Amino acid sequence: MDYASVLQLLDSTVRLSTPLLLACLAGLWSERAGIFDIGLEGKMLAAAMTSAAVAALVAAMPDRGALGILAPVIWGLLAGILASLAFSMLHGVASITFRGNQLISGFALNFIAAGLTSLAAQSIFGQGGRTPQLAGDARFSPVTLPFTDTLRNVPGIGPFYAEVLSGHAGLVYLAFAIVPLTWWLMYRTRYGLRLRAVGENPAAVDTAGVSVIRLRYSALIITGILCGLAGAYMSTALQAGFGRDMTAGRGYIALAALIFAKWRPVAALWACLLFGFFQALALRPDIVTAIVQTRVPGPILDALPYILTVLVLAGFIGKATPPRAGGEPYVKER
Amino acid sequence: MPGDAGGRHAGGPGGLNPPASVTDPPAIELRGISKSFGPVRANDEVSFSVPKGTIHGIIGENGAGKSTLMSILYGFYRADQGEILVHGRPTALPDSLSAIRAGIGMVFQHFKLVQNFTVLENVILGAEDGPLLGRSLRRARDSLTALAREYGLEVDPDALVEDLSVGHQQRVEILKALWRNADILILDEPTGVLTPPEANHLFRILKGLRDQGKTILLITHKLREIMEATDTVSVMRRGRLVGTLRTATTSPARLAELMVGRKVLLETVKAPARPGPILLSAENLTLQDEHGVERLKSVSLTLRAGEILGIAGVAGNGQSELLSILGGMTRPGEKVSGRLTLKGRDLPLSGRGADGKSRRQAGIGHVPEDRQNAGLILDFTAWENTALGYDDDPAWARGFLTDNQAIRDDTARKMQTWDIRPPIHTLAAKSFSGGNQQKLVIAREFEQDPDILLIGQPTRGVDIGAIEFIHKQIIALRDQGKAILLVSVELDEIMSLSDRIAVMFDGRIMGERDPATTSEGDIGCLMAGIAPARIPEQTPPGPTAEAP
Repeated sequence: MDYASVLQLLDSTVRLSTPLLLACLAGLWSERAGIFDIGLEGKMLAAAMTSAAVAALVAAMPDRGALGILAPVIWGLLAGILASLAFSMLHGVASITFRGNQLISGFALNFIAAGLTSLAAQSIFGQGGRTPQLAGDARFSPVTLPFTDTLRNVPGIGPFYAEVLSGHAGLVYLAFAIVPLTWWLMYRTRYGLRLRAVGENPAAVDTAGVSVIRLRYSALIITGILCGLAGAYMSTALQAGFGRDMTAGRGYIALAALIFAKWRPVAALWACLLFGFFQALALRPDIVTAIVQTRVPGPILDALPYILTVLVLAGFIGKATPPRAGGEPYVKER
Repeated sequence: MPGDAGGRHAGGPGGLNPPASVTDPPAIELRGISKSFGPVRANDEVSFSVPKGTIHGIIGENGAGKSTLMSILYGFYRADQGEILVHGRPTALPDSLSAIRAGIGMVFQHFKLVQNFTVLENVILGAEDGPLLGRSLRRARDSLTALAREYGLEVDPDALVEDLSVGHQQRVEILKALWRNADILILDEPTGVLTPPEANHLFRILKGLRDQGKTILLITHKLREIMEATDTVSVMRRGRLVGTLRTATTSPARLAELMVGRKVLLETVKAPARPGPILLSAENLTLQDEHGVERLKSVSLTLRAGEILGIAGVAGNGQSELLSILGGMTRPGEKVSGRLTLKGRDLPLSGRGADGKSRRQAGIGHVPEDRQNAGLILDFTAWENTALGYDDDPAWARGFLTDNQAIRDDTARKMQTWDIRPPIHTLAAKSFSGGNQQKLVIAREFEQDPDILLIGQPTRGVDIGAIEFIHKQIIALRDQGKAILLVSVELDEIMSLSDRIAVMFDGRIMGERDPATTSEGDIGCLMAGIAPARIPEQTPPGPTAEAP
């Protein structure tokens, strides 16, 4: 296996890790606040469809008028975030306001998203539940980082910089930047302290005179935005358009990564990179064959990330203690 | 509560601090507070006032409305009627935040702490200085050091709360209130979870706070604490305030009478024991837990018919393990060794025949220490709970089905005999008060007519009227010739009920005493692991000190 293949593999890892990372951080905010969110998948799917559809519709307008101030892909992104937020708020109403079962609410939203996205895409575009192929400014184009050309000829580092680090969509860099931001907000600010507290012992927050409900809703807003970014990335950057069930369980893999990371932001980054790496490996059977010296059947490679998920969830990572108040609606007690 | 009456001790009102001047408005004044939950009037026209710089006790049985009243004061509930004045100003307390702003701090019975946060983080939570934590944490650290010096509230600011003892966690709660500049501090049953030395330390802290001008409301159902710590006391019964008294001029007996509404025997009356033959004997019982730690170290004891053997000790010194072996409740993974004989027959210590049902069939009844987890299934109805452990009793069988009606009828009858209120056998166990839950368990175990009864913490969380009743029943059972093993962390209870006392410390029996000739001080030493020189008893082999 040559260096170029390694670089290609790592490049794919970064691209494939990004939606996992955004979804994982989304889950982190929600679960740290004590709201289990099994509905990451549904929110991503809703955002993916909405972004692709809006981007396609805006791009297809003969005269964009006032919409012309932003590229179609940005309109798509904003619409995707709104769609994901709407799902997130539904989850909030069900699980915070009405104190419903968070798992059931999350699952319900996943089913709704799976059906509704195909249905909407079909009724708008009539292309079998897909959106049209996106091109030009209806998609995120790669960003070339500065000095790429200058460094390209430095041996080792240069190609790594050019192939792996440079040339991704802006959302990729945003996703990686959100990791330290999340860490800082969680551990260095008043908001983060209260948010972590509300996921551990909401009664402590309540008796301290802070609204549990408001804190939890605020966390779900962040979750909604991050899932929106993840979904939009899927359909307008990683792929060029929405396809039925295109998230393919990424929301669940992100949850596994979250457990793997024990609900910590920086660890979440590594966990998502690992899962992304396995997904990248599945795309390159030739590399796997070169490493293990035998042909590995494709389906096994495709299953690798999911097998890893099962192993992680089966507790191969040591003790992972979820936020203590997770999954329980807060009821004021005497 | 022996010999406490009238004995008012140091630290009384107005002794150390100048009496709050007459013109100072009371720190708290309640006027006609009422609160109903559905048809239940939890508080009915409650009025009293607490002068600044005093410790005011509120005493009453479980369900008398103390906690509701305090929840109103802390903005958890809104009163239906009435007025609250804080430092003379009418104050609305719609939520906790407004209570905090009015200078009221609350230490709940069940602490409101975040277990995996540090002490500092818990203290500043909700009362941070600004959006960033750094400054708050630095200021809190300085402030905590100062408070620790001033009031004896030492606690490591960087320790995780989950690593702290219960006593220290309580200090964190007090520090939280002081950090928020509370000058009125409410403590709800603060000593329920504390060891006696911790409780004494708490009272010293509270007196220190009072002498600095803070006002303290102490809610409790323990008479001794009222007598020890308060300046004035209000007594509540069934939602009403039945009197406010100066602690110095009252007595436990008078307070108990006000609480219950009739005269209460604080002293247990019992005839001398007439011990019969040895029913149960344990030799060198040893228990190793899942982690290989020895929780019980070579414990030997004998139990005779017609006597009560009291096991004293601070919680967690092997008493629970002893009960779990005798009652057949050891967990898989625990290693048990030694020998256990019942009326001369060997009982298995593990495996088949060492479970709760076999023990019950062998004639060992068990009122478990943790009644809410081991004694009852809280979501089940009273009648279902009555059948637990005895569900295959032939009297309740109809073919291979259970005769539910028979169980229901039996439960209804038990509820009459044992005065379990409300006498509704279809009510879930969790809907009963602590005392009535305990009576459910006791009724179930006592009426099976066991030869031996294991009773763990019979009156934990049980109100004073029910305590009297339960104690009487235990003695009545002894007088029928049953052997009773009583485990309690309440030394008073051990002293007044037992015919012999064995004291446990660190998994061993430190020694045995005759309650007639021993003192609380002596037992206290044994509980702390200090073996007095006078009887050097070092885990003798076989039965110890048999009754002469």
